[in-house]
Amino acid sequence: MATQDITGRIGRVAARVERVRARTPMQLAWRQLRRHRVALIGGGILIALFAMALFAEFLAPYSLDFTDREKFFHPPTAPRVVDEQGRWQRPFVYGSELVELGLTRYAIIPTQKYPIRFFTAGEPYRFLWLLPTNVHLIGVDAPGRLFLFGSDQYGRDQLSRILFGGRVSLLVGILAVSITIPIGMVYGGIAGYFGGRVDNIMMRMAEVIIAFPGFYLLLTLSAVLPSNVGCTTRFYMIVLILSFIGWAGFSRLIRGFVLSLKQREYVLAAKAMGLDDLRIILRHLLPNTASLVIVVATLAIPGAILGESGLSFLGLGVREPCASWGNLLSAGTNLVNLSRYPWLLIPGGFIILAVIAYNFLGDGLRDAFDPRLRTG
Amino acid sequence: MIRYIARRIMNMIPLLVGVSLVSFLVVQLSPGDFLAEIRLNPVVDAATVDRMRENLGLDKPLYIQYVKWLASILRLDFGYSFAYQVPVWWLINSRLLNTLLLSIVSLVIAWLIAIPIGIHAATRQYSWSDNTLSFVSYIGISTPTFFSGLLLLYVAFVTGWFPIGGMTSLEFDDMSTVGKVLDVARHLVIPASVLAFLTVAGLMRQMRANLLEVLRQDYVKTARAKGLAERVVINRHAVRNAINPLITIFGFELGGLLGGAAILESVVGWPGLGQLILDSVLRKDLYVVMGSLMLGTVTLVVGNLVADVLLAASDPRIRYD
Repeated sequence: MATQDITGRIGRVAARVERVRARTPMQLAWRQLRRHRVALIGGGILIALFAMALFAEFLAPYSLDFTDREKFFHPPTAPRVVDEQGRWQRPFVYGSELVELGLTRYAIIPTQKYPIRFFTAGEPYRFLWLLPTNVHLIGVDAPGRLFLFGSDQYGRDQLSRILFGGRVSLLVGILAVSITIPIGMVYGGIAGYFGGRVDNIMMRMAEVIIAFPGFYLLLTLSAVLPSNVGCTTRFYMIVLILSFIGWAGFSRLIRGFVLSLKQREYVLAAKAMGLDDLRIILRHLLPNTASLVIVVATLAIPGAILGESGLSFLGLGVREPCASWGNLLSAGTNLVNLSRYPWLLIPGGFIILAVIAYNFLGDGLRDAFDPRLRTG
Repeated sequence: MIRYIARRIMNMIPLLVGVSLVSFLVVQLSPGDFLAEIRLNPVVDAATVDRMRENLGLDKPLYIQYVKWLASILRLDFGYSFAYQVPVWWLINSRLLNTLLLSIVSLVIAWLIAIPIGIHAATRQYSWSDNTLSFVSYIGISTPTFFSGLLLLYVAFVTGWFPIGGMTSLEFDDMSTVGKVLDVARHLVIPASVLAFLTVAGLMRQMRANLLEVLRQDYVKTARAKGLAERVVINRHAVRNAINPLITIFGFELGGLLGGAAILESVVGWPGLGQLILDSVLRKDLYVVMGSLMLGTVTLVVGNLVADVLLAASDPRIRYD
């Protein structure tokens, strides 16, 4: 009885010790990552940006296509709390009118004050594509306009378009990489596992894609796209192009890693047990590349984002009336517009923010998974 | 070493054939050929268009067109530009020097800045200057060149310090030789600083990481234990070894000399190869696109080869044969 009790206790203690000790590599990496301040900042920025894109309809004062033809190239409307007599008031914006057409100069009308309202009624939309509603986080009453980031040549609110454009710019990276990863993993896995002639031929083929200067190939491929398709189709085509360019470099990385992995005992054991090659690759080799894949994928997403925004900036990517951060920025290519309406540069800040956040997170993940790869 | 280089060059042949095949196919996929546009022109009659089609070999099956194009490329004949009505090589040639000027100037500036600040950051790891430099370099690698280009153009407009866009002023032809050089240099400031910023950011991070790695090595400890001055330890022992891996990067950058500035050139109006390829892509000027694509690829491949050779030449631990 007593001995049994003691063995039971030892067993429980041992189990507890086991629970403490046995951490999967993922758990270890997560512990590391939580201590990496820069990576957490990056992750936080990304969560905020994705939330912005997800709830764009609710957060944006206006819809994607809302236009006020009389307020084109309107400078950002600054919220004020002190009126012209120096009295404190709840936040409001002044109304404005065009006073000089040639220079697009607007003057404030001191008598027109529009209080900034929260959770106010605006254009109807479906919250998360489901719930029909017209509540917007922020807005002003109708003849007044709340252009916090200014407006473009058609009088569309830039803030709203940036929020909606974030959907394209953020999604393009995720989608492109999620196509690249499986292709690159399987291709690189097969090449690395079989080695020899198979490896030689497969890698020669991948090297053809790698050999191209990336952006030249991107430009040429985007010119192949039919120009008479809708926004969404074009968006998916851009994703395909980006993955077409990306898979090869990725598969080369995986191949190199698999080449070293396949000498390990567990692979030899699996072979000795008579597992077929495909199963060894899919079940034993590729899962062990997971840490490498996560790091490389995180660092590849900003590349795709930059590719899309570059193309859209040049007018070869996502086109009007759709918005992406790149094509919003293209309004600034015209030097006259740029010099008069500098707020057209704001979308570029969002590109940098997203890319920098991914780089922060990617570097943190790399340090967490493999301290040897540390760059400081 | 010579055998290694010869083998690498032999390996490049199937690679370049593959590259040419892909560029040819991609451009062929492009909807509508340029003759469609000429056909719409009421001045040109149908017989002329057919004759042009025959002259250009566009009536032949695809594989014959490809073989013909490949054969002419080997003679450095890249075909004819439809839009400009001049040989493609002539067009590329007129832009090549401009792109090289821009890339080389920014490359030299970048290396001159990046190495010292990389050393500075590594020797003062986690100091406020290191942290600041790290942060700035994050911004550097995350900023698309078209955005930093636009930003600097705006600054140039507001301050009037630099000319906005282009490579030369209107009165360029009337200037003296010195004046011409100065004029181009003034126009070079914006695009070169944009490119240099990007390169410095990447290079500095690499230099810092390499040096930190080297500083952990035993021979550095030995050097310090010998009582050498810290300056000597860093400059004579550590930096030399830390720079070595950068040679590979240098090779990549050599390869990227032609392709690295594509969007920036069109933003700041620099008349280079990148702008040419963008214009030709928009105009569906097939042979110009294929020619520039091939040229860019060859430089990239040769750059990689140069990188490997330089690395082997500088580091006796690496043997290829």
